[in-house]
Amino acid sequence: MSLYGQAKVKNWRYKLKGNFHFTHSPSPIRNVDDSNHLLGITKPRHMIYLHSYGGEAPFFEALSQGKLLGTRCDNPDCEYQGTLYQPFRIHCPDCLARCTTVDMTDLAKTKGYIHTFMICERAGAFNTLDKPIKFVNIEFEGVSTILMSYLSVGDPKIGKRVIPIFKKFDPTYTITDLSWVVEGTTEEQLPHGFCF
Amino acid sequence: MIKFTENQLKTPKFMRPVYLVTAGQSKFDRAIPEKKTEELCVDALSMAAELINLTPAELKGYIHSCYYGHFADHFGDQLLGEAVIHDRLGLDPLGNIGIKTGGATGGSTLWEAAKTVASGYSDCVLAMGWERMDEVPTDEGNFLISCAADKDWESPLGHIYTGYYAVMAQRYWQIFGKEEESFRKTLAEISVKHHEYARMNPFAQAPMKITVEDVLNSPVVAYPLRVLDCCLMSVGAACAIIADEKTAMEMAKNSNIKPLRIWVTSGSHTLRPADRRPMDIPLLPHETAEIYQDLEERFPGSDRYPGFSGFLGARMCVYYGYRMAGINDPTEDLDVIELHDAFTISDIQTYEDIGIRPYGQGRTYVESGDCYHTNPKTGQPGKLPSNLSGGLIGCMHAVGATGIMQTFEIANHLWGIWGDIHGDEKHWKAFRREKPADWTNLQVEGAKRGLAISHAGVGSHVTCTILMDPDHLLKADS
Ligand SMILES: [Zn+2]
Repeated sequence: MSLYGQAKVKNWRYKLKGNFHFTHSPSPIRNVDDSNHLLGITKPRHMIYLHSYGGEAPFFEALSQGKLLGTRCDNPDCEYQGTLYQPFRIHCPDCLARCTTVDMTDLAKTKGYIHTFMICERAGAFNTLDKPIKFVNIEFEGVSTILMSYLSVGDPKIGKRVIPIFKKFDPTYTITDLSWVVEGTTEEQLPHGFCF
Repeated sequence: MIKFTENQLKTPKFMRPVYLVTAGQSKFDRAIPEKKTEELCVDALSMAAELINLTPAELKGYIHSCYYGHFADHFGDQLLGEAVIHDRLGLDPLGNIGIKTGGATGGSTLWEAAKTVASGYSDCVLAMGWERMDEVPTDEGNFLISCAADKDWESPLGHIYTGYYAVMAQRYWQIFGKEEESFRKTLAEISVKHHEYARMNPFAQAPMKITVEDVLNSPVVAYPLRVLDCCLMSVGAACAIIADEKTAMEMAKNSNIKPLRIWVTSGSHTLRPADRRPMDIPLLPHETAEIYQDLEERFPGSDRYPGFSGFLGARMCVYYGYRMAGINDPTEDLDVIELHDAFTISDIQTYEDIGIRPYGQGRTYVESGDCYHTNPKTGQPGKLPSNLSGGLIGCMHAVGATGIMQTFEIANHLWGIWGDIHGDEKHWKAFRREKPADWTNLQVEGAKRGLAISHAGVGSHVTCTILMDPDHLLKADS
């Protein structure tokens, strides 16, 4: 296989290297219940997308550095000035002002609780997480919204305190670089690449 | 937003009465490899024509613009599928538009269609919805569905939508269900009921004679939800013809079909449940703030509304819809309903959002027997039967068609033809399905008013379709 597609931005334009799609031939689908007549075809497709994080890019970069960034509306004219958001919102949902980025790593380490959770035995195609996936939604004291993530170590329970861990080694630069463990988890128990 | 202005809460208004003239649907199944989507749409439209004794060509002669509900382009691998269907139905050069709002696509398609007639732009329109979910294996299907979650913040987490939904179910199960075995059984009862009703419906994909134990012993998807608690993945099409009064009466004049008044409203909430902020409960006409004053005492942890346990979008579509159509108490004012039972637990959550029961007490709608065609506790007709089609659990969830299928079903009851249509040997045979020896007519006797809820994802879009016999309105037109 030739080079798997990679991209960078230079002069505000995407510069691509390698293959972004791979071609395979269709094959017939036949009806064995009806004289093996042709019913259709398979349609293989393998392609790579380009995706910009835009104003959220600092959030995903920070995960790889062991930091959890949230945002806050600091517009003095906003009815909800001072509201803290996690998920990171680029703009305030009320006044639409650009929010201020806030490092909430320490807050997350001391004031995060499981609001709800789910242990999911199934995953869709292209899943990269180990099953069963322990989904947890984390409520932080003083934060208006409730982050969805997954628990890597420990058993989830509503109200349980959890601590963030970050994939600082081999980061994927996706939301899966952030995970959580229950209180009392040691460094040795963390999954590959993750640190407190 | 977490506070709403008077402008935003205005009761919606149609500029003239709007009617559902006729409707139709195709067979629903997990896969229909022998037919293209256009063939399923032709089946649905031909059925709608036949109901009012018109030929498809005659029916088409009334249509002025077209509304196509088709959610997942990537499932069918066809962008602008609307144009394909529109051409195959021979409706060029009429204006047409595609509508996509996830699971609520069918309901949203009716919303657009009804507003078009209400405004006077068109006197007769086609609302057609379909979905083609058999072009990929189930795990890829789950991946494609997960693309309807936030692609940066949620989808990479397992690519499994059920997981994003199930966290809400877990919260409801713990706070309002109190993790009681009896509550779990009530959930299972819903699945038993919907699979049983599907047995009487030749269009339905998953007829099953099962017990509560069967549901409780089915494989876990996301605890406490099991396979039999979940909706189906389907292929199929459904359509509705919407018109103004004059056109509706003219179209139906050679049939026993009485055009029905229709209202459709819509509500929304964040795509990511994560973004939900606490707010006051918007009250329905028959509710007061007092009934929720001690909610937190009765259900510790329920103080945050809508939190992860209620659907604000569902609450808002009926907030608008009930006031628009003059409904005070849905249990008293309606005769039959179809709800979006994506999961047994979300069915219960919806009972509360739409005011059939107050928040926290949804389970009693099932436990009282009110939701059945025939109340198993009393042997009398259920007070407000729900999902006699089998719903999404027993009949189908061909996403773009679902909200329209529900409307077709409600209309069948209001027209008094449910038994004629669903008992017709012709359909059973055409769909290669065996009519059960104990087939029962689920017609709700004397039904005059009904409602259907069409719901997307974790509540991002929810619509309310209200149908009434025009001689049994609750509110004079203003
Ligand atoms: Zn603001």
